[in-house]
Amino acid sequence: MKKIIAATCLAGAIALPGLAQAREVTLTTQLKDYSGNGAYLAIYVTDGNGQYQKTLWVAGKKAKYYKHLGDWARGSGMNPSEFDGVSGASVGSGRTLKVSVELADTLIDAGYQIRIDSAVEDKRDVRADVSVPLTSKGAGKPAAGSTYVESFTYDL
Amino acid sequence: MLRQLHSLPGLIAALLVMILALSGAVLSVDPALERLHQAPVASGQLNVGQLAGRVASHFSGVEQIQRSASGTVIVYYNQNGQAGAETVDPLTGQGLAPYQPSAFSRWMKDLHRSLFLGTPGHGVAGAGALFMLMLSVSGALLLARRLGGWRNLLRPIRGNFSQRWHAEVGRLVLVGLMLSALSGTFLCATTFELIPDGSAIEPAFPAHVSAGPAMPVANLPALRNVDFNDLRELVYPSPGNPQDVYSLRTAKGDGYVDQGNGALLSYQAHDSTRALYELIYQLHTGQGLWWLGLLLGICALSVPLMSVTGILLWWRRRKAGPNIRHNSPAHSADSVILVGSESNSTWGFAKTLHDTLHAAGHTVHSAPMNSYANNLGHARQVFILTATHGDGDAPSSASQFLARLAKNGLKPGQPFAVLGFGDRQFARFCQFAHQVEAAMLQAGGTPLLALETINRQSSQEFSRWGQKLGAATGQELSLNRIPDRPRTHQLELVERIAYGQQVNAPTHVLRFKAVGDLPCFEAGDLVGIVPPGSAEPRFYSLASNSDDGMLEICVRKHPNGVCSGFLHELPEGAPIEAFIQPNPHFRPASGKQPVILIGAGTGIGPLAGFIRNNKARHPMHLYWGGRNPASDFLYEPELNRYLADQRLTRLQAAFSQVQDRSYVQDRLISDAMALRRLIEKGAQVLVCGSREMAKGVMHALDEVLAPLNLSVLTLKAQGRYLEDVY
Repeated sequence: MKKIIAATCLAGAIALPGLAQAREVTLTTQLKDYSGNGAYLAIYVTDGNGQYQKTLWVAGKKAKYYKHLGDWARGSGMNPSEFDGVSGASVGSGRTLKVSVELADTLIDAGYQIRIDSAVEDKRDVRADVSVPLTSKGAGKPAAGSTYVESFTYDL
Repeated sequence: MLRQLHSLPGLIAALLVMILALSGAVLSVDPALERLHQAPVASGQLNVGQLAGRVASHFSGVEQIQRSASGTVIVYYNQNGQAGAETVDPLTGQGLAPYQPSAFSRWMKDLHRSLFLGTPGHGVAGAGALFMLMLSVSGALLLARRLGGWRNLLRPIRGNFSQRWHAEVGRLVLVGLMLSALSGTFLCATTFELIPDGSAIEPAFPAHVSAGPAMPVANLPALRNVDFNDLRELVYPSPGNPQDVYSLRTAKGDGYVDQGNGALLSYQAHDSTRALYELIYQLHTGQGLWWLGLLLGICALSVPLMSVTGILLWWRRRKAGPNIRHNSPAHSADSVILVGSESNSTWGFAKTLHDTLHAAGHTVHSAPMNSYANNLGHARQVFILTATHGDGDAPSSASQFLARLAKNGLKPGQPFAVLGFGDRQFARFCQFAHQVEAAMLQAGGTPLLALETINRQSSQEFSRWGQKLGAATGQELSLNRIPDRPRTHQLELVERIAYGQQVNAPTHVLRFKAVGDLPCFEAGDLVGIVPPGSAEPRFYSLASNSDDGMLEICVRKHPNGVCSGFLHELPEGAPIEAFIQPNPHFRPASGKQPVILIGAGTGIGPLAGFIRNNKARHPMHLYWGGRNPASDFLYEPELNRYLADQRLTRLQAAFSQVQDRSYVQDRLISDAMALRRLIEKGAQVLVCGSREMAKGVMHALDEVLAPLNLSVLTLKAQGRYLEDVY
């Protein structure tokens, strides 16, 4: 986990050199027991209209399956620079993914949302399995997902 | 070498390959089951626009329509926050059943692809596929070699249970297993991105969309242009987002569809890499090719049988093989012993020689003659100990030797000595040993000692050869061979049927029961019996299978015959010691082709055994010669019974001490028409009897076959003419 954080910081430092104010956010995504193979997840920030802004985390290593993470795939263009350093393994049924990432302060309490798109082999692709406003008040409060995600929490 | 390439992966990966094959066989049923539930839709009958329209009349909130390669249509929808998935009849758009992927199939697939071990497991499964590929290729080469070339691949196969099943089933499933293994290896390589699968090329998201009011999905021209059978997946735009588009994936390419005007955007056709990947995926899984899937599944089911019989064969070969200690590598040994053996008895002598030389301070290498490769760099002496098989042929461990010697050559002036093993009763006594010596001389070798022969495994003659060799090399060699007798079984005579007393050919059919368990044997195998007071066993052809519950032989009393005399005098209930020597090359090949059995005198023994066990009632024709039907018509009552119940098709007996005297050869000539018809139908011929008779039969059959432009030699080369002569 330390490695991931270090890599994330490094990536953050390269990608957003101009942003002075940034903080570490912990994302906790617990999956349901949906009985299926490991889920691919894309956790990303959108504006109030659902327009893609920034990728926080991508779970799942095979880029050829990313197209199943519909809205995120469209927003990010599946451009590797968008998720460079913020990706890891897919998440098994019933498992919890907990990662820490850098987030610019300007995105908090400014009408942005965190969304999760999810997909599982031989099962449905889900756009916005989770969709929660990104606010300091919402931090630490679990939000329910629609399909594969049981609950999602972000800790500022 | 080839054999090691076959056995080694087989032993290492037997379990892994079995798991992959069995799970694959289970999965192979899925496409066929899917096909059962989904009638195919004719090409041109339905387009994707129509399908989407019909689906829309039964479902609202559709998010995605998928069509599996086998034709099953799944609709994913979200109605008032309730997500669901249903299989759908493509022609009506009506839901058939809620869609729930089978947990069992998923479990099986996981086992098949990665043994539940994730990415490392994929690697293990890939290695399994590679092993399977090596096994099928080396197996095919071995089979071709054994049957004498690719053209003979369909020739009948002989051997014991494991050999026959391994080879017969192997050649049936070979192509299927090779296809599964090759495609599996390819798929695994694409998983690890060692080979591209063409999926990296994705159409770019369209920069501009019309953003007009959405058209009804059924009217979208881009969807109406795609045939139903080409559809892979249609993903609907997010509801209420006019900027979003449909994603359309088809068999030929992928793109987007504008929801306002139905235009196809950013279409990207699949390239040949992708087409190849999909073809191989289809060949491996049977998705959309359900019949192929089932065929491959059936082939895969054979893998446990192949593994078990393969391991049994390996084990038996290992056990039967020589147990040589202190065997130095070929290139560093100063003395090399090459062995040509059919049933491993020559190896016993080789071992004695090996141990004696080793004790005298030599570095010794012993190996089958077939392994010769002119790599005997330091060998100061090469000893070739070889038996002769059949009518002057090479024994099995020397079958390639002459070819290998011709190809690889010999170190100039290489000192050597050949020792032949055989039985003086045979006309071509030690014939192969003579051939080997001639070939060695021609290859430039220097004889240490001229060819010597050992009759009937005589330990005395062997020891004398050692003395001569010692004199020639200046180093005394005392070869004391203690013959090891195979483990014998105690048998008890239970029945005797006597024939031939009046015609001066006393012949007894003897039936024995085992005191303990009967050993395993088939008619045509040999039983070795050691008469009291003798060291050498005598061999008799078996006339029964162990399944018959008794061991039956047919023995004629020879004047001064030690063993035949002993057996003829043996009282009922008396015990004897006996052991079985398998003779798997002399038995009818499986299959429906007719069988022609030819024999004289006691040669009828194994032939009668074949007929008794002809439970499948394949056509069997027996030609047999005796002296007088009133006295030595061996097995007469049994043969009549077999004729009545059709285990025997036809019986032609000839008698030499009656008014119209005739021999079995004469019977063959007079029945030439019928014989030619049988041979044309693919009949095989099995001959059992004395060497003299066998020669006469060969001449007679050559005469019979001449009009067909065939000869006994051709039949022999095709494996259709087998002899057991004495």
